[in-house]
Amino acid sequence: MTASVLYDAPGPKARVRNRLYTVLGSLALLALLGFVVYRLDVKGQLDPNVWNIFNNAGVRSNIRDGVLTTLKVFAVAGVLSLVLGLLLAVARLSEHRPVRWFATGFIELFRAVPLLITIYALWVLFLSYKNDLGVVGDNAAFWGLVIGLTIYNGSVQAEVFRAGINAVPRGQAEAAYALGLRKYQVMTTLLLPQAIRAMLPTMISQLVVTLKDTSLGYIITYTELLYATRTMANNIIVNGENPFTAVTIVAGVIYIAMCLALSSLATWIERRGRRTKTGLAVAAAVDPAEQPLVLEVAGGPVGPADDDKDRMGK
Amino acid sequence: MNVLLDHLAEFREGFIGTVLLTLASGLLAMVLGVIIAGFRVSPVPPLRMFGTAWVTLFRNTPLTLLFLIAWFVVPVIFVPGMSPWTKALLALSLYTSAFVCEAVRSGISTVPLGQAEAARSLGMTFSQTLRMIVLPQATRTVIAPLSSIFIALTKNSAIAGAFSVAELFGVQKLLSDQGFAITWIFLWVALGYLVITFSISGLFRLLERRLGVAR
Repeated sequence: MTASVLYDAPGPKARVRNRLYTVLGSLALLALLGFVVYRLDVKGQLDPNVWNIFNNAGVRSNIRDGVLTTLKVFAVAGVLSLVLGLLLAVARLSEHRPVRWFATGFIELFRAVPLLITIYALWVLFLSYKNDLGVVGDNAAFWGLVIGLTIYNGSVQAEVFRAGINAVPRGQAEAAYALGLRKYQVMTTLLLPQAIRAMLPTMISQLVVTLKDTSLGYIITYTELLYATRTMANNIIVNGENPFTAVTIVAGVIYIAMCLALSSLATWIERRGRRTKTGLAVAAAVDPAEQPLVLEVAGGPVGPADDDKDRMGK
Repeated sequence: MNVLLDHLAEFREGFIGTVLLTLASGLLAMVLGVIIAGFRVSPVPPLRMFGTAWVTLFRNTPLTLLFLIAWFVVPVIFVPGMSPWTKALLALSLYTSAFVCEAVRSGISTVPLGQAEAARSLGMTFSQTLRMIVLPQATRTVIAPLSSIFIALTKNSAIAGAFSVAELFGVQKLLSDQGFAITWIFLWVALGYLVITFSISGLFRLLERRLGVAR
């Protein structure tokens, strides 16, 4: 194993001891695994009939539709949250005090409120103004989920963008102003491209959180993967009971596969970014972390975030 | 406005429910997370593998799915007859433990290797090195990420409300089902969460100031 702050390189005695622990640990893990399999078997969950349901074309198309709706919500909410994040970040760095205050308040409020509550409130709002807004059927749940995800993740992405913008060395903006560039030119040609490049891994990691959070649609009865599989399991009876366990395991595997694929994309971009030398370090790909942590990682090493006012010119 | 005054009892119950659930699952997540972090840095490969699998599994699974598992799979396969509160505790603390584990692990890895080497060359035993050199430094770096994790946990506990555990989200659901103006309920419930999350971040900032050292 690699050098660790906790252990010395093992000597002969320690190696024997470690080998003993390895054997004991393996046995304990095997016992645990065996116990789980045993319980599954006792409860009849390993019965071939239970798993045979996944050979059914209807079941498969149900799962496929669930994955597709989940991806649809994720795609729309992901893109919208990046757009909103960009707008909020620029607004937070604005010279105009009211704009700055509004953006700060918006970000702080929606980051502090549980996403589920935002989504639920939006859903109820859409349902109660159904006629005025022209939403029908599933639409209220879809837009509640998408807009909720957008507001929350947009607020988080805004802070990521802001950390990236703040990380661009100040001399660059000063030089651009000295060359006579306008404020929006400095922002669009100079600050944002560099900020996005530096923050791409962190942004994608936040998208993993967005992907995971699409499952909150289950609670407002939107037919994403979780709800779709669950209602499907409700309608199937194998050996006298609903195959909840099998269906949940399959849904879990799909979620984990999707999230891991997205995280490894973030890590890949991070590694690529480290190879090229452009002066501005690429942020670490944060594993699907809880959101405020992302900000501290992003904001920590790249400099204080409080100097917004003199950041944008003058 | 009247929603709050007329239903103060419900709001209070929800508030206390959220606080209790957060405290209990935060505590359990801490214990589990530290144990798993111990596994992940141990020199024993199977334990390391177990720790890695644990973290990968729980960090990439949506919390809603964990709640579903706690509600519909665990009672069937393992322990029947758990109360909804216990199930929520289980789902929340298993999920959070993965994040605690990673925070603790990265806290340990921020301690420079030379520190432990110096301690060993002074003749300190393993437990002395751990107790006097590594852990005090690791604890301090872990405080900031832990506060974020607990804030996230507070917000995540809202999902328990959707699964009919009494807490703040449950209040919102209950009252909006009764037809009260959703905007007001939203603002009051949001305020409740703000109080909790600000207390957590305040508490941790205090801890940080007390324990913080220049490195």
